[in-house]
Amino acid sequence: MDSDLSSREALMPDGNTLDELDRRIVLATQAGLPLVPEPYRQVARELGVPAGEVMQRMQRMLERGVIRRIGAVPNHYTLGFRGNGMSVWDVPDEQVKRCGRLIGGLDFVSHAYHRPRHLPQWRYNLFAMVHGRDRAEVEQKVDAIAALLGEHSRAHEILFSKRILKKTGLRFKGGR
Amino acid sequence: MDSIDRAILNRLQGGFPVCEHPYAKVAAELGIGESELLSRLKNMLEKNQLSRFGPMYNAVKMGGGLSLCAMRVPDSDFERVAGLVNAFPEVAHNYARDHELNMWFVLATESAQSIGRILTEIEQTTGFPVYNMPKKEEFFVGLRFEF
Repeated sequence: MDSDLSSREALMPDGNTLDELDRRIVLATQAGLPLVPEPYRQVARELGVPAGEVMQRMQRMLERGVIRRIGAVPNHYTLGFRGNGMSVWDVPDEQVKRCGRLIGGLDFVSHAYHRPRHLPQWRYNLFAMVHGRDRAEVEQKVDAIAALLGEHSRAHEILFSKRILKKTGLRFKGGR
Repeated sequence: MDSIDRAILNRLQGGFPVCEHPYAKVAAELGIGESELLSRLKNMLEKNQLSRFGPMYNAVKMGGGLSLCAMRVPDSDFERVAGLVNAFPEVAHNYARDHELNMWFVLATESAQSIGRILTEIEQTTGFPVYNMPKKEEFFVGLRFEF
């Protein structure tokens, strides 16, 4: 437990670690925000604190990036985007930032990351999740990425998902 | 899903306000009533068109560990290994993918340094190597995914 705390502090050099009430707010809202006219007030009532306190702390977590954003997480699959593919790219390491920014600017990409290679088994260092209504549409979009990257892309592949084996999402446990 | 649902979805991929009556504020922007926005959100959640509505927390900023991992598992052993991997509570998502590396899962741990220990446990339990691919950098993706 001590080591966990110190790692959390290490990741927040400004010393702004989450305190007990922040963590209780996370636990109360990670499954979703109440669908009532005053959602923050309802969370505050559950926690037995003033509504202003909850709003102030959530605003601060937003500013610090602890909360990425507040909004709706669309289910691409049920919305008709059934051809989701993970495209992976081998680009020169010194170009990965530039290529990543180019890909991040496309409206059919939902995530783009620089990840480590594992040579010789895995040569790809740039990942982009591409959504389309079917496989053919994903393939077309990946072709568009290839054209955009031009000679920087030395190789690429699309890994389509065959089956969801598990999907529980990220959950933080209580009691700490 | 009609055009109002789509407008809600496109407006609410981020930027939900923190204020006393946030639904009323967004509803006014969209030109609908607060109760209509609430009932449409409920409906989209029930139909699983939305997987979630609320704050998205950044596990790493909270001191947690997060990584994408891949394995190469022989077809004949796939179901057994999937069962073993899925039994780890730290495995948040797991997908079978069409590639030589055919099992891809996301590992989420409450502390950053647990990732290595869990990876080793998965390797020992399954008997197969795990390729660890934590993100080195995330590129900003505008919230413009249009439905």
